Amino acid sequence: MFAKVAWHSLRNRKYTAMLAIISVAISTFVLLGVEHIRHEAKESFSKTISGVDLIVGARTGQLNLLLYSVFHIGNPTNNISWQSYRELADDPKVAWTIPISLGDSHQGYRVMGTTDDFFMRFRFGENTALSFSEGKAFSQIFDVVLGADVAKKLNYRLDDNILLAHGLGQVSFSMHDDRPFRVAGILRPTGTPADQTLYISLQGMEAIHLGWRDGVKTPGKKITDYDIETLNLTPESITAFMIGLQSKMATFHVQRQINQYPNEPLLAILPGITLTELWQMMSAMENTLRLISILVLFSSLLGLSTMLLSSIRERQREIAVMRAIGASPLFVFLVIQVEALMISLVGIIAAIAILSIGILLSQSALAENYGIFINHFSINNQTLGIVGIIILSTFILGLIPSLSAYRMSLHYGLIERSYSIGSRDGNDFVEWEKFSHCFEYSIYLIEILNSN
Amino acid sequence: MTAISPENPTIPISNTTPDAVKIKNLYFSYPGKIPTAVLDISEWRIRQGDRVFIQGPSGSGKSTLLNLLAGNLTATQGSIKILGQDLGKLSARKRDAFRASHLGIVFQQFNLIQYLSVLNNIRLAAYFGNKDSSDIDLRAQQLFTALELNRMLITKQAGNLSVGQQQRVAIARALINSPEILIADEPTSALDSTTRDTFMKLLINISQTQGNTLIFVSHDIALAQHFQHVVNLIEINRARIPSYVR
Repeated sequence: MFAKVAWHSLRNRKYTAMLAIISVAISTFVLLGVEHIRHEAKESFSKTISGVDLIVGARTGQLNLLLYSVFHIGNPTNNISWQSYRELADDPKVAWTIPISLGDSHQGYRVMGTTDDFFMRFRFGENTALSFSEGKAFSQIFDVVLGADVAKKLNYRLDDNILLAHGLGQVSFSMHDDRPFRVAGILRPTGTPADQTLYISLQGMEAIHLGWRDGVKTPGKKITDYDIETLNLTPESITAFMIGLQSKMATFHVQRQINQYPNEPLLAILPGITLTELWQMMSAMENTLRLISILVLFSSLLGLSTMLLSSIRERQREIAVMRAIGASPLFVFLVIQVEALMISLVGIIAAIAILSIGILLSQSALAENYGIFINHFSINNQTLGIVGIIILSTFILGLIPSLSAYRMSLHYGLIERSYSIGSRDGNDFVEWEKFSHCFEYSIYLIEILNSN
Repeated sequence: MTAISPENPTIPISNTTPDAVKIKNLYFSYPGKIPTAVLDISEWRIRQGDRVFIQGPSGSGKSTLLNLLAGNLTATQGSIKILGQDLGKLSARKRDAFRASHLGIVFQQFNLIQYLSVLNNIRLAAYFGNKDSSDIDLRAQQLFTALELNRMLITKQAGNLSVGQQQRVAIARALINSPEILIADEPTSALDSTTRDTFMKLLINISQTQGNTLIFVSHDIALAQHFQHVVNLIEINRARIPSYVR
């Protein structure tokens, strides 16, 4: 019954109630959104790569190397020579390597030059191998394999011809327009940056750069099929490479060996450890975000209880009527408390709806621009925990107005006129701020708890 | 019309049914630094089925008396028995429940919860009176007919009714649980003279047909003609309230 009264009462004050709901919804949205994205980003990053023991690149920051080689975020600073690569790849402790050569793009998607080993050796998620939804790995020099999203977004099929652009910009002024690539295969979706990438062979990468010097086409120089067949297409350098070792025990040993490589300044990193370092760096920011969202939530719940508290003042008559028809102070208390909880609950539901829709809409943009794959929003235990805390906080802050109403219903006469009881207590509850009644209020609370 | 006073109890005491109201050695003062007596009544009773008009100037303790009768306040000393039940011996919860099922109260104004429909106002009262909800709607319609209220009003939001209509709905609301006692506190003060006369006629009729005890408080002595008994509170209340507590 009190729920019915509370519901009608809120409907009667729908504008203030709406504002309170919106404010709760926004703050819940922020809190749940931050938590979800934080969790998903972590998931997404850690499932991008698996089974790779070391990543080797030119000497740079550990994080930088990890980001550009695996997540395709940021730019490589320097290359490593083919000679060094071969030498390290031939080390008996090394089981396999995946060379990575970056620098070209296609309509904003990065092109990665690599070898067959990439399709065979690379693992993501829980040790899942790459697989083809159509076609197969590149076999010809001018073959290209597309990530799932690239094929889907740009609507490419097998055997389509595409042109690659030099550099990484969305709009490039220097196209490799003399040599189109044929789509040889399309990968299944992985939910990692692999979906956003085009793969060509190292030879193909080398071939389209024949006749280029310092990133510019040499005018007048045409590359003929004859050149391609006769010239040595072994690259001079690659951007980075991944290593799988014969035995994990050797990881640190090989890492040290590479870091001290005499011929060239190289850096080897363990992807897992570098990711952990990334989380450590982020954790300060995460905590700040979380703190801010908790404060936003607190202030909106405080606003909710302020709104109800001020409504109590207008509702003296209503409370007197309820008392006259036999409502106990507990009933009055519950009406106000349920109003607070209803506002909060509707706000939470709205927030979850907005968040779910918002994530659905922004999923692809996040994946394309940041390589972060956010799963659609689902209610898990953590969400339920947060929702529980919000509702509990609503109840606690809702005690301010509901205990005021309780108190008023005890002291306020059923039958009151301006000259008598009414003026005795009428303004007392405004003095809440003074906290002089805190003790008294806690007694009421105990009374309410006892009475049931 | 007979004035009831403690010195002159003209009403014969029936031993079979308890009095609607029986006050003995009632003393009431609001808690404060200097307790000042607001009510001090040695003996007063209202028989069941009586219609009593209580009259008294401002500050004579009318509101306090009604709050005591309704069980919202409890006597500092002495006893108040309503229908034989000593209110002072009931817990606050039981007093609320007692009020819900045995007392109907009509105020000066704003008797209804403005945002609820007329029917929901009545249902809420029935809910507190623990009445079987199935026949509430039927009973509400009967009361509406008796109070010459249009049945269409029942679905309207209470706040949309005129003051006169609201006051009449208030009677229906007060009577929904078939209480033995109906307390009306200046119910006509917000009405103009025409609606006031209609209101009085309907109130007296309905309380007569339902057999309620009617306790009517007003400063408008002209209304006393409708009542069997007229009580001037000043005559039975020995406390003299200083002006600063009024």
